[in-house]
Amino acid sequence: MILRLSWLALALGLLLMVGSVSAAVDTFEFSSEQERDRFYAIGAELRCPKCQNQNIADSDAPIASDLRKEVYRLLDEGRSDEEIVDYMVARYGEFVRYKPALNRETLVLWFGPLFFLLAGVLAIVLLVRRRQKVAASAPAAELSPQEQQRLDDLLNKKSQDD
Amino acid sequence: MRRALLILPLLIFLVLAGFFLSSLMSKEAGVTELELPSPLLDKPFPSFDLPSVLDDQTRITQADLKGPALVNIWATWCVACRVEHPVLNRLAAEGVVIYGVNYKDNSADAIKWLKDFHNPYQLNISDADGRLGLDLGVYGAPETYLIDAQGNIRYKFIGVIDDRVWDTNLAARYQALVEEAQ
Repeated sequence: MILRLSWLALALGLLLMVGSVSAAVDTFEFSSEQERDRFYAIGAELRCPKCQNQNIADSDAPIASDLRKEVYRLLDEGRSDEEIVDYMVARYGEFVRYKPALNRETLVLWFGPLFFLLAGVLAIVLLVRRRQKVAASAPAAELSPQEQQRLDDLLNKKSQDD
Repeated sequence: MRRALLILPLLIFLVLAGFFLSSLMSKEAGVTELELPSPLLDKPFPSFDLPSVLDDQTRITQADLKGPALVNIWATWCVACRVEHPVLNRLAAEGVVIYGVNYKDNSADAIKWLKDFHNPYQLNISDADGRLGLDLGVYGAPETYLIDAQGNIRYKFIGVIDDRVWDTNLAARYQALVEEAQ
């Protein structure tokens, strides 16, 4: 009996956990599957202004819920995705975009990583080239006849001295 | 050439450190990390047509907000607004023009609050469904906007206005708008 109760408690606990990890739930009625997909795509791309590490689809903050309602309303009005994002940016600033617009201010943001990648590749290429050059200019392993003669003389001289 | 390359990491470090230090030092009083720059700065106050809190037959529009003034976003459910309220009362007594936007609230509660804690607002707009708040980019009360004589938004302050915030930040900005209007 006790065992059965503990199983029940475990099951209940798991159920509660499932409830707490799922995203914020609203009841919206969509006219089509396509519109539903657009709603979730836009919600995932907009950052919640109050809780800046979450998008508005995931956040439970009241402001995120308001913005979801607004996205729904604008979708219902037949606005395009771009218009909806622009509408939010006009009110909450560039910050609400998780995917920043490409302009002069965000140039470094967009192309900085590429620049560093290329700089790294360039550095590796230069290092490898230099190493190859050093290896090529290293003295040859084989001695010339004169050098061999001199080496033999020195060795002979040493063995005579012993 | 080689020597120049050796000090390059140090140079990068110094540039970054200087950058971070300057952003740390330039924070104004009461401004938190969380604060977002408002895209509405130097733009006209959003147009609206909403009832007054005190009398729902009276409509208020953006033309009724005559700057220079503070436009304060508040609500009875907003705990921090209660902290801010005595400061607004004092400012109103000193002659600062303050308009209220009662954000996502109901007017009966708001009227009771104003009766209990004194009313520092020259006009109080009832924004029950938060539409005006959304147009303003409000994401948490209290927020306060400074508008100039032409009705343009000139500054946005997020959070509680206390004596320190007023003295070190907002007073000078308000004064500048008053002088500009003369």
